[in-house]
Parts: sequence; structure tokens; C-alpha cells
Amino acid sequence: MDYTFRIKRYNPDVDVKPHFEEYAIGLEPTDRVLDGLNEIKWQLDGTLTYRRSCAHGVCGSDAMRINGRNYLACKTLMKEFGHKITIEPMIGFTVIKDLVVDMDPFFAGYKAVKPYLIAGDAPASAERRQTPEQLDRFEEATKCILCASCTTACPITWTNESFLGPAAIVNAARFIYDSRDEGAAERLRILNTQSGVWRCRTVFNCTEACPRDIKVTNIIEDVKRTLLLEQL
Amino acid sequence: MAYHRYDAVIVGAGGAGLMAAIQMAGKANIAVVSKLYPTRSHTGAAQGGISAALGNVEEDHWQWHMFDTVKGGDYLVDQDAAEVLTREAIDAVLELEHMGLPFNRTPDGRLDQRRFGGHTRNFGEGPVKRACYAADRTGHMILQTLYQQGIKHNVNFLDEFHVLDLLVSDEGHACGVVALELKTGEIHTIHAKTVLWATGGFGRIFSVTSNAMAGTGDGFSIPFRRGVPLMDMEFYQFHPTGIYKFGILLSEAARGEGGILRNGLGEAFAERYAPTLKDLAPRDMVSRFIYQEIKEGRGVDGKDYVYLDLTHLPGDVIDRQLPDITDFARTYLGIEPKTDLMPIQPTAHYAMGGIPTDLNGQVLRDASATTIPGLYSAGENACVSVHGANRLGTNSLVDLVVFGRRAGRHMLDYIRSNDLPPLPVDPEFVARAEVSDVLSRPKTERVAALRHELQVLMMDKASVVRNVEGLTEAKQGVAQIRSRYAHAGIDDHGLTFNTDLTEALELGAMLDCSEALVEGALARQESRGAHYRTDFPDRDDENWLKHTMVRKTSGGLELTKKSVSITEFQPKERKY
Repeated sequence: MDYTFRIKRYNPDVDVKPHFEEYAIGLEPTDRVLDGLNEIKWQLDGTLTYRRSCAHGVCGSDAMRINGRNYLACKTLMKEFGHKITIEPMIGFTVIKDLVVDMDPFFAGYKAVKPYLIAGDAPASAERRQTPEQLDRFEEATKCILCASCTTACPITWTNESFLGPAAIVNAARFIYDSRDEGAAERLRILNTQSGVWRCRTVFNCTEACPRDIKVTNIIEDVKRTLLLEQL
Repeated sequence: MAYHRYDAVIVGAGGAGLMAAIQMAGKANIAVVSKLYPTRSHTGAAQGGISAALGNVEEDHWQWHMFDTVKGGDYLVDQDAAEVLTREAIDAVLELEHMGLPFNRTPDGRLDQRRFGGHTRNFGEGPVKRACYAADRTGHMILQTLYQQGIKHNVNFLDEFHVLDLLVSDEGHACGVVALELKTGEIHTIHAKTVLWATGGFGRIFSVTSNAMAGTGDGFSIPFRRGVPLMDMEFYQFHPTGIYKFGILLSEAARGEGGILRNGLGEAFAERYAPTLKDLAPRDMVSRFIYQEIKEGRGVDGKDYVYLDLTHLPGDVIDRQLPDITDFARTYLGIEPKTDLMPIQPTAHYAMGGIPTDLNGQVLRDASATTIPGLYSAGENACVSVHGANRLGTNSLVDLVVFGRRAGRHMLDYIRSNDLPPLPVDPEFVARAEVSDVLSRPKTERVAALRHELQVLMMDKASVVRNVEGLTEAKQGVAQIRSRYAHAGIDDHGLTFNTDLTEALELGAMLDCSEALVEGALARQESRGAHYRTDFPDRDDENWLKHTMVRKTSGGLELTKKSVSITEFQPKERKY
């Protein structure tokens, strides 16, 4: 099948501003969008630049905007789109080149919420106990692959640089609701600010964008409820 | 020139590299260098579990785990290393839990365990529940948890730096690496007392693989070019259940939970070959069972695939224990694993071979086990050897936490008792020459086309089933692709994030790995574990109960043998 890829290109070495380029290639409807990008890079234009690694939706490298919505290029098949698709870098972060954006602010938001277990000494030669029900309370948030699809789908992120963003909140929640963790108060203090959960306007873009089917907005609402009720 | 000085530089930010980094964090000045962001590392794609003889669900002992590891590796495993692996697995898994890893639990809150291929009770009597797991994303949770610990301990990460060269001082001590910063195109000298190679595998040399596109063997090739040997490279594991055509992994946990392989006639064929363990026989064997079924015309519709059947499993087991592979089947095959059979074929998965090390991750210079001061390796990149001729499922994750940890601790001791070696003269010379060579080549060949040729060649001639004719063709083919590679120019000559350049460099590494693999496979005139030769179908302990070591010399590749450590278990015929 013939497809046309319309790709937003920008190379700071030569371009003053971004522009679109079109490429016509043949693909199967069951091919990944990433296969299409590879085909273009490998056959037509080696300068096309994007991140990719696992190619099956678990490493989080290739989040990008496809026909106006965030997807992982490796977890989306051509059959989901028409014969012409438009690909752009994620919105909200500085473009380094073509589809590659500067992820440092994203990881800075992640690091700001203390995304690691905070707990006292563990028992010697044994696990900390946790029941399946206690695991259920936070397990969904552990699926996050830090691809930034949610954060860069959020209109608040586009205009407010200080907003921690949905992914950081999900990763804070992952520990806040972990029965083994003792750092909930610290993290809730960080989220209980104008750059934290109260920036969220509940537009559900994040949930729609998540390639891991995490109900991101619900998790943010959960944190808001915890702050309002002052109990876990 | 951009210059950095550290006590230790770790190349690769997967499980082994991060585990090593955490041992040194706060106690030494270290840097973790990765060509990706750390959370993109391929450890994150591991699915099914990490084994440790905790005995939480049923009786188990590390000696049983050790036996299974040795037998699974077709007795080529170094048994002193297998003992360390299986003994320390217990404490290492508990350490991961203490770091916050969200393992699945038993009703009373202990770590749950499940079955996996080749893991047995009482020295082979039947399957045992030994694999601790976090749904079917155990590797993802290990990678996330270790990265979280890295953040907690303020580890210094150099993200998206593509390593180009290993630096060795005039006295023969490792003293750093040279790397290309992707964002700027700048070349950096990273000067350090010790260097750890933990860059994962090279599955991308095959056309059907579960490996990430980053799995191009850079960490095998760079030390190899500097004269470091590679050990047991002929042993490459094909995982039986890759999604047909895509190669995407469908975890062995699917069979651990009760899934069954079926041929085109609907027969559960594994029990014909392995009456005791059936579908849970080790991976090398199950991949050959599939090959045999296809060869005898019992593939699906006469094609080169069979089915993985989960339709008889309770829906909640699929939802709860195998959610990710269910998602993969839906996304890439458009089918529903609860009601449909999943088409699968063996997929290139794991390198048992690699940089030879001792039990502390110190790199060996030769078969007499002398070490190279300051040089370390761990994880898939290394060959301790705990996997021998075939790795058991879950043991890769055990390997990277146990030996990543040991390497990190030993490096810390090394740092404390050694001075920083001086850099060699013009440390960036080799790296800059390689980059400018790629940038200045004529474009009479295309990197992508050559890479594809290599992948198809290796898949056809050097994968599950091998013989002298095929391997000879592979050797000639790789040499021919290498000579054409010298004319493979690229389109992108810019400085910013030049992945056209890095893909060309990666092909150079893939050629080194392919060459070493074929050299070992041609030399080893026997069948053992994942190395199966139709012209030498039997194991030959008299001549080949030996590791192979391949080294690059000015006169070409040189192959030597190294003895195997046998402590507890004498080699026996391998039946399941």
C-alpha cells in the first residue's frame, strides 16, 4: 500500500525554522508507524532523526505527535490512519532536531517528586510484607515508561513551564500509595502547589495519550482527593 | 576537547550498569554513560521473572537452582560461578524488594513465585515455582527501581552519549572511554580509574530478534578491537516464542502459567520431545522442537511458524499475570489471546557469550585467567560463565543483579587502592579517525542495505541449526559485507543528533560480533546447548567441554580454548 508521510523537519545546523517534508513509501497496513520512519531514513533520507529502541512499546523512546495526537510510533500500526499521515515532535519541549525533543525538563519534573522508595530499615533476610490488595492500590502507576506522551498532551504543560506534569504525578502516586513507603507527606507537599496537582484542569488528554493504558487523570484526581481529605 | 575525570565510568545504564553504580554511589565519583536515556535500556523489556530459591511457595534450595543452571547450560557453565549466582540470587532479589520493586505477592504478603523453563525440584524431578515476578514486566520494574535508586543516590548520568573507544594506558590499565555526545556532536574524553562494560547484547545481527534496535553489540566490539578476547560467542539463544515476523517476545511465563505450543495439526508437540518438562524444557531445545516440526511439514499451513495456545487458561490469569503480552498480541497481531491461538517462531534473544570475566567482573586477558587492571564487564555483555551453552529463563536478570553488584563492589575496592593511570597520547585519535572515516566515505553502498544483508545471512546460516557449509558461507558473507562497509557513506554530515552516523558505527560493531560468532561456531565441531550442528549432532565432552576464546590479532582472528570449572555436577546426558 502507498502511504505519504508528512513530517515536520528542523535541523538547527541549517534551518532557521521548522518546515514540513513529504515522503511517499510502500508499507503494509499491519506495519508500525516506526517501520515507515525507518523505511524513509534507510531508503530515502538518512538525515531524518527520531529516537527509537525497543520497537514494541516498552522503552518509551518514540513518543511523537501523529495526526495531532501523541502515540508511540512503534505501538501504532499504519491501519489506524489514512494514506496520508502527519508526524510532528511532541509539543511543549524544545526541539533538538526533527522529532527529537529535549527530554531534560521532563526528567527534571520526574526527579522533583522523589521517585524512589522512602522507608526505614528492611527486615534482614526477608521481604517487607505487602498483600496483593496493597499492591493493587498502586500497581497501575508502576506501568509508566516515562515516554512523556501524557505530559506533552497536556495543554497546561504547553504554556506553563513550572507544571510538574502528569507523568511526574503518576510516579509520585506510585510511591504515595505504596504500603511500604513512608515519604507520602513529603511528596504530597510537593504536589500540593500551583506547579503540582492543582494546575490540572481534568481535560483527560493525558489518559487518552497514555500508550500503557494508565488512567492518568484518575490518578491525579486520587491525589487531589487525598490532599483534600488529608488521608491516604 | 571535552575532558571529564571520574573514579569509575560505567558504559550502559541497564540492570547490570545501574546495579554496579548503586554500589559506588556516594562513595566514589562515578559516571554512567548510555547512548539512550537509562530507562530505555533493554533490561526493561524482560518479562517473566527473576529466579531465586526462596522456597516461598514450595520447597526449593539454591543447590537445585545451581544444578538446573549447569544442566540447562549443557555443562559448559563454570560451576563456581553458578554457585555464586544461585546462592546470591536469594539476597539480591530481597535487595530489589527492599529498594521498592513491586513484586507480585502471595496472599500472606510474601514474594510470589512461578514456574519457568528448565527450573526443577530435586535435581530434575519436575517443575518448581522459583521465579519471582512483577506481572510480565519484571525487567521493566527492575530497570525503573534501579534508576530510581540511581536518582536517590545522585548518580551522575551522561545520557545519550555514544561510546566510541576504550582507553588503555601505556602500562595496559583501563583508563576511560571516548564518547560522542549526541545532542552536540562533541567528542568527550572520559578519564577514569576503572571502566565497566555493561551494554547488553547484539541480537540485531539477526533478522528476527526480540532485541531493541540499540542491541548492536557496541560493548563487545570496542574492547574486542582493543585486543580483549570474546568467549563462547557461538552460543546464541533463540527464544522459542517470538511473535511471527515481528520477533517481539512472548514471555516463557505464558508457558509457566500453563500455555501450550501447538503445531499446524493442533498437536501439543513438546511432550513428544521432552516427556517430563514438556513445554517448559529449556529454550534451546524448544526452539529446535519447533524447527523440527516445521521441517517435517507440521508448521501452520506449511509455513514457518507454530502456535502458542493460552485459550484454556482462566481469563483472570491472563489479565493478571500476563497483561503485557496480551496487549502485544492485540496490538501487533490484532488477535485475542483468550480465544485465539498466537502465531510464533523462534527469535534471536540472548548472547550467552561475551567478555570473559572472573567472579568479580574483572575482565580476563586470556585463557590463563589473568585480568586486565581496571577493566570490568557484567550482564549480557559479559561471560562469567553462568549460562554456558544455553541460558535458563530468568537467569539473565539474576546475572545482572548478582554480578552487577559484585563488579560494583570490586570496582570500589579497586578505586581505593589504585591511582588514576595517565591517558595514552592523543586519546581521541582512534575515535576521531573512525568518525571522520564514516563521514568521508563515498556513498556507493548504503548502511541499511548492508545491515539487512547481514541480518538475513546470520539468520539463514548461523542461527538455530548450523553446519559447515552454511557457516562457511556466513564467514565469507560477513567478510564481503565488511569490505563493502568501507564504502558505505551516509547522508547526514551534521553535528546535531546524528543518528545516521551512529547507525553506521553500530553496523561496524555488528560485523565484529558476527565475525566472532561465526568463528566460534565453525571451530566447535559438536552440538551443545544453543549451538546445534547437523554435521556434528552429538555433544563431544572429550574435545569440547571447553570454552572458546576469540581474539583479534593483526593476522586475523585467533581462537583458543579455556577449561570449564566443574565442582559439583559431572556432565551427563541432558534429558528433560
